[in-house]
Amino acid sequence: MAQLGSLTEVSGTGTAGPAAGPAATPARRRVGWRTVPLVVFVTAVLLSVTRVITGANDLTSSGSAGAALRLAVPILLAGLAGLWAERAGVVNIGLEGMMVLGTWSGAYVALDHGPWAGVLAGILGGALGGLLHAVATVTFGVDHIVSGVALNLLGPGVARFLSALVFTGRQGGGVTQSPQVRQPPTFTVPGLSSGLLSLEKHHWFGVSDVAGILGGLVTGTSWVTLMALLLVPFSFVVLWWTPFGLRLRSCGENPYAAESLGVNVYLYKYLAVICSGGFAGLAGAFLSLVASNYYREDQTGGRGFIGLAAMIFGNWRPGGLAAGAGLFGYADALQLRQGETSVHALLLGFGLALVLFAGSLFARRQRAVGGVAAVLALGVLALYQFTDTIPQQFTTATPYVTTLLVLTLASQRLRMPAADGHVYRKGTAR
Amino acid sequence: MAGLTARLDPWRIGLALAAPLAALVFSVALMSVVLLIAGHSPALAFGQMADFGTQPGSVVQILDKSAGYYLSALAVAIGFRMNLFNIGVDGQYRMAAMCAAVVGAAVTLPPVLHVGLIILVAVVVGALWAGIAGVLKVTRGVSEVISTIMLNFVGGSIVAWMLTPEVFAVLQGNNVTTRPIPASGQVPGIPFLGGTVYGFIVIAALVGVGYWFLLGYTRFGFDLRATGLSEPAAVASGVAVRRMVLSSMLLSGGVAGLVGLPQLLGASYAYSLDFPAGIGFTGIAIALLGRNHPIGVALASVLWGFLDVSNQILDLNDIPKEIVTIMQGTIVLAVVIAYEVVRRVAVAQERRRVAARLGDDGPAGSGGPGPVESAAVA
Repeated sequence: MAQLGSLTEVSGTGTAGPAAGPAATPARRRVGWRTVPLVVFVTAVLLSVTRVITGANDLTSSGSAGAALRLAVPILLAGLAGLWAERAGVVNIGLEGMMVLGTWSGAYVALDHGPWAGVLAGILGGALGGLLHAVATVTFGVDHIVSGVALNLLGPGVARFLSALVFTGRQGGGVTQSPQVRQPPTFTVPGLSSGLLSLEKHHWFGVSDVAGILGGLVTGTSWVTLMALLLVPFSFVVLWWTPFGLRLRSCGENPYAAESLGVNVYLYKYLAVICSGGFAGLAGAFLSLVASNYYREDQTGGRGFIGLAAMIFGNWRPGGLAAGAGLFGYADALQLRQGETSVHALLLGFGLALVLFAGSLFARRQRAVGGVAAVLALGVLALYQFTDTIPQQFTTATPYVTTLLVLTLASQRLRMPAADGHVYRKGTAR
Repeated sequence: MAGLTARLDPWRIGLALAAPLAALVFSVALMSVVLLIAGHSPALAFGQMADFGTQPGSVVQILDKSAGYYLSALAVAIGFRMNLFNIGVDGQYRMAAMCAAVVGAAVTLPPVLHVGLIILVAVVVGALWAGIAGVLKVTRGVSEVISTIMLNFVGGSIVAWMLTPEVFAVLQGNNVTTRPIPASGQVPGIPFLGGTVYGFIVIAALVGVGYWFLLGYTRFGFDLRATGLSEPAAVASGVAVRRMVLSSMLLSGGVAGLVGLPQLLGASYAYSLDFPAGIGFTGIAIALLGRNHPIGVALASVLWGFLDVSNQILDLNDIPKEIVTIMQGTIVLAVVIAYEVVRRVAVAQERRRVAARLGDDGPAGSGGPGPVESAAVA
């Protein structure tokens, strides 16, 4: 969930690319399932060390973990939305607009028909936006970015117009917000939760840190959150282990080859983009129904774009995407929990992680990138040493700066679907 | 086939005008349906908007608004002509306006010099902020779409930080604002229809003329358009594409830096919490609607300003004025679809014409789709 894990993961996914030159040592560069526990362990140790040195207890408190989860879920869902569309070769910049449709329709339906109907309506609202994007990009061959930008204009406009029609006049409602709605139910794992929370209070090195994080994850968690988390393995299984997923991804890699094998590329692209809209709509419904209990204008706050960032960070794969969403959610959450000191403390952890990362690069004789990482590490540690707090505005920028850094440092290893963003027309292969 | 004869072909001019008109008619029709469903009279709504939007006071407001829109759309259009997608105009102009406001308030200079310095700061900051995306694209192959989106948010954070009382701002009642720019750094308004419009409109128009000349009549402009139409062809004819990417990104960012200045130097004289945001995205819509043409973009900016200003009358009739936002979104989507349809029609037309001239009864595509298609796009 923290920096180290994600950085090593990104640096290790190079072999996915067919054009990555001679596959020298595929076994070592690929992040396998075996490295995940190691990464988690190192991350936990780093966080514990940082907490003990700086005394910033909120780094691993159950409160932070719970908040991180709540903040990470919409990013995660938006990232999955991007993943589904881009794996089929359609770039979806319109996620933000589709999320807005999800927030609005979720709240509107939940008002009279209960929270679960609201969740479903959110999905449908987003899917409707996805359908529009599919009509423009797939049927009419409009540039994907242009259509996405148009959707981002359209989504908030539609939500505002409809709010003016249906929310004004109701108690607490207006052009910019809906009345309050009921939230979907939450669960707390009995026994486990209270045990972990009492362990956390002792502030023992390591043990309390892990207990705090786990405790936060199993206390007062929404069922929608659980559903969202399960969608990660679900997406992986569907996209990578089923014939349907193989065909869908083939539309994103080489639609003309897929066409020649009898795949109905238009149909698959339509399905993928509509699913993408559905995920984005769910992300929106999560914001208006779970993270808060009413629709509000600008509720999405650019999370569609952060989701896109998480997807790129995760190299267009579900696991990496989840790691990115977790990292961005965690950075967001710390801001809420004694923000300035917590984030400042995190600098130390980040610096230490970079030192380890640089060391591992040097061990693998990648001196150039290792050198850059080492310089960055020194810079971060110096920043920690010579400042006392980090202005809140800079913490907000964490996801974006991280994405720029990942793109800069690892752009050669990132591999997006080969035909991503290309306009495909049946029978025009050249 | 190319050249003047193709340019003056009435069939093609008709096609070029058909798309935006069709999109406009479509969105008006769609809005009428929406209004009818919501129980309002479309005739009343559009009639009121036309009445209110053509009153002298409204016309002044419309022109004021369209100055920023025009600059923003030109910044986007420079990228479009090169096949570069500068989504970052929003972040670029806000960074630029913020820095320009701070520098402008900090120095005292004779009138013209002062304005010149403020403009210079804005252009340089905008260009630098866009340049980051350019450098990343050229050196690391990072897509400018992603990097400019990220830079928008990073720029937003930096502006928010600069706009705190600990850094450059002062509290003023409920508002947080930078210190005001003294009179020597302000651009006086131009009397028009009983009101005054921003003097910066003149500079915006000059930028438009510069854009038209640069792209149409200089080697740089030719290289830029050639790269946008076909990168391999441009490389083959000796264009240094990487240098072109960087310089057009800098140019686009430089123009983007000007976007906030009509407002900053003509009305607010300071950067505050309520400084207009989102003009960068509006610019994308306007550039698409105006087809990257300096005059088309100007017409589209005025249309956008008209919709923005004239919708205020709707609330008085209990019609939600947000209908106009939907209308703007619909126009963009409809116009890009219409352009694509028109392009396909034009390509089919050309193929038929070429096939007829060759006396060839073979398959329609044998006329060489490559060059014909690119000619239809240009």
